[in-house]
Amino acid sequence: MAFNPRNRGPLRTLAALFVIVFGLYGFLGAVSTWGEAQRTPKLGLDLEGGTQLILQPKLVGNQTINEGQITKAVDIIRQRVNGSGIAEAEVTTQGSNNIVVSLPGTPDKATINSLQKSSQLRFRAVLVEGSTTPIPVPTSTSTPTGVPTATATGQATAKATGTATPTAKSGYPPALAAATTPAPTGTPTPTPTPAATVPAGTPQNASDPAWITPDVEAAYTALNCSNPKDIEAIVDDPAKPMVTCDTERPVKYILGPAEVLGSEISNATSGQQQTQSGSTGIWEVRLDFNAAGTKAFGDVTSRLVVLPSPRNQFAIVLDNLVISAPVTQAALTAGNASITGSFTAQSSKVLADQIKFGALPMSFTLQTREDISPTLGGDQLRRGLLAGLIGLILVVVYSLFQYRALGLVTVSSLIIAASITYATVTLFGWSYGYRLTMAGVTGLIVSIGITADSFIIYFERVRDEVRDGRALRAAVQTGWVRARRTILISDAVNFLAAIVLYVLAASNVRGFAFTLMLTTIIDIVVVMLFTHPLLSILANTKFFGEGHKWSGLDPERLGARTVTYAGRGRVTIAARRAAAEGNQS
Amino acid sequence: MSSFANFGNDLYTGKRSFDIVGRQKTWYTVSLVLLILASIGLFGRGLNVGLEFKGGSEFRVSSVTNIDNFEARGKTAVGTLDTGTDVVVTKIGTDTVRIQTEKFQNTLTDKVKSALASEFKVSENKITASTIGASWGASVSQKAVKALIVFLILVSLVLAAYFRTWKMSLAALIALAHDLVITVGIYALAGFEVTPASVIGFLTILGYSLYDTVVVFDKVRENTLLAAGSGRLSFSQAANQAVNQTLVRSINTSVVALLPVGSILFIGFFLLGPGTLLDLSLALFVGIAVGTYSSIFIATPVLADLREREPVMAQQKKHAERYQAGQARQAASAPAVSETGMQDGPDLQDRASVSAGNGTSITGRPLHPSVQTGPRNQPKRPPKSKR
Repeated sequence: MAFNPRNRGPLRTLAALFVIVFGLYGFLGAVSTWGEAQRTPKLGLDLEGGTQLILQPKLVGNQTINEGQITKAVDIIRQRVNGSGIAEAEVTTQGSNNIVVSLPGTPDKATINSLQKSSQLRFRAVLVEGSTTPIPVPTSTSTPTGVPTATATGQATAKATGTATPTAKSGYPPALAAATTPAPTGTPTPTPTPAATVPAGTPQNASDPAWITPDVEAAYTALNCSNPKDIEAIVDDPAKPMVTCDTERPVKYILGPAEVLGSEISNATSGQQQTQSGSTGIWEVRLDFNAAGTKAFGDVTSRLVVLPSPRNQFAIVLDNLVISAPVTQAALTAGNASITGSFTAQSSKVLADQIKFGALPMSFTLQTREDISPTLGGDQLRRGLLAGLIGLILVVVYSLFQYRALGLVTVSSLIIAASITYATVTLFGWSYGYRLTMAGVTGLIVSIGITADSFIIYFERVRDEVRDGRALRAAVQTGWVRARRTILISDAVNFLAAIVLYVLAASNVRGFAFTLMLTTIIDIVVVMLFTHPLLSILANTKFFGEGHKWSGLDPERLGARTVTYAGRGRVTIAARRAAAEGNQS
Repeated sequence: MSSFANFGNDLYTGKRSFDIVGRQKTWYTVSLVLLILASIGLFGRGLNVGLEFKGGSEFRVSSVTNIDNFEARGKTAVGTLDTGTDVVVTKIGTDTVRIQTEKFQNTLTDKVKSALASEFKVSENKITASTIGASWGASVSQKAVKALIVFLILVSLVLAAYFRTWKMSLAALIALAHDLVITVGIYALAGFEVTPASVIGFLTILGYSLYDTVVVFDKVRENTLLAAGSGRLSFSQAANQAVNQTLVRSINTSVVALLPVGSILFIGFFLLGPGTLLDLSLALFVGIAVGTYSSIFIATPVLADLREREPVMAQQKKHAERYQAGQARQAASAPAVSETGMQDGPDLQDRASVSAGNGTSITGRPLHPSVQTGPRNQPKRPPKSKR
């Protein structure tokens, strides 16, 4: 048969589909050959087993934890380990305060670390900055005592001018002042008062040196950032000033009370720093504040911008340590900020996720780490897949029985759908850690029904049109227009379910939503880009177009009205065929 | 083989028609019985919630020398005590067996310990017992329920906008609730434990049920709009015709969806025994079957009942009755034409050949073939752009 110009459109659509499919498999082949991807879908905890981590809360002194804190910690760890819901991890408690995290596969060190950390993020004003002393001083705790209890945020709203710090330089211990700042441009030079003098009165705001009590000062002097024990002992109480080290530079600080809290951050994202000339290649974590955070941060920056160095810096404190202490250059009231440091793509993303999902009420130590076997034996998966295969063969037999040659269109569409599903599931496993559990596998098996339904709706519509006496080619086009409407609205409902559940739910429900979204999109892609063009092309062939007995679209069998009428000898099916042929040639 | 195609033809033309919408009381009764059964399962027997939702006890048997077949052995050991709980057995590391059960009292804990000790041939001090919390915590359930409520509200709005009537949303939601209650109820009656996997199964049913109802409603919408235009069929008649015309589709779809799930259920029941696979496939099988049933026998009759109350619909019904009576009179006077004997009056397709059946116009004159085949086929010449 010569090339039929009527097939040009459908053939182009089919070509597009094959480009997509081959693209998917080419990409999969490439990332599995040169990257770290595997060629089969990743399996969930119930099918593949994985690693079990038992985390024990790290308690300082006689600190105690209650059940509420543990529940909160479980929720946050669940978010961190399975934020998208597709990793199929399990988080639960053991005994009164241990947390058990079960992850499929073998997690790397960074993942485990990111689970243990509290990720408590706070913004504090820098009061004193100095290079750390190399003398190892084994100190117990540096808890400051006798500090005013006024809340930092309440104070910080005072005024954004220099007048807010009346006792500006008087509180400076001279020894400290001398040791301060690696880049001392505007260092406060005068050292009028004796070192240990406590400034009179309560601190006016969080930048007020009056916060530096003798205790704080002693702790500061004693702090040795090269001593892990000292770092362990750092206490971060939001209402009090704190003494801590920098993670990047050999610098230690006295910081005012916390002014912006991690809970006032509404979102955190990671990415490369962007300037007008494009990306700088520096990774940063961008923070968006909520209303309270925006106000607090605006107040802090407008107060600090007029202060002398080092008190014009604010420190971003994460898990007791300063990760960055930028100099305030302007009052920032837009409600966002960014942190730069020595981040990599991965570490900035990890930090952004940790900040976004909230801080744990405490840090944890890893108690044990063990491999666990799958909860469902390999038997279950093997036999389940066998059963699925038998079911598929039955589906093929049934659709051939029902639709004859048209059934082959169903079968080939299902094969295309299955191959796209396989490739996407494997690719998502590689890029987002998507894992298939038993529930996911059966969900995919049910999706066979929903995908096949699109074809059935379509075929039945075409048959209806043939019954009404249309020629097959016309029947395919009008049937498609009507079937498409039904297919789109019913898939839209499923898609809506997937989106809403994915956005609002957590854990396994999100995983389900993701699978539903995937199968719904694939359903539409296959019926639009494969089944319809294929049927349009087939309608132009002799076998289907003339309604061969085995084509499944035989007008006689479908009781097209002309046939019932043939008895009177007016219009016979033969005459109709002749007419159709006459039109085609 | 051809009989099924003929069946489809007859349903399409109206030669054969099941009075589905008219006999709504029968279906409501059937569903009521099913719902009562389901509530017995739900409230009488109660849902057996797995330890993933409420926590439980955990035993660790360490230094096991012979770990072969640990799963069956662990289950038997706990099973001998007849606690009636589900047991999850996992291997941890190379020589430790973890057994998770429902929360036990202290005395029972000791018994389980000694049973495990004798089964795995270790001394009792190698076994530790502790409590474990829920991996599917209350917060996960709360969020899921919230998400579901938001989804149901949104989907009602979307369906109401698409179908241009909130009654279709209501009928679809009634059918959805019907399917979920029956599925979960039968699951409870079977005494299976609710695991995260079965919750995912229920959610799958929710998606399937709505999907199937929307497909049927789309045809109902099409036919009832035509009927409203022609006034020849009442709403119920048009809806009934739509259901009949999609019946073949519904049967084919449910068979295609049920075949794989059914074969899993079969293998699960006869080869694997109780376990996730059997739980899931039972929930899905029941859900898909009930979902298909409800979109035909519950959703559409409910919709018809709701719509027939509208004054406009009553008017249409009156009009249709008058028209049909007229048709019957005409048929009686010209017996040759009435051979096909359509029950619901003439088919209401907007095609000339259909209006009076069998290719004759109302006056009995044969129609020209071109009128019967729809638009005339013009000589084919590719459009300019493709030449």
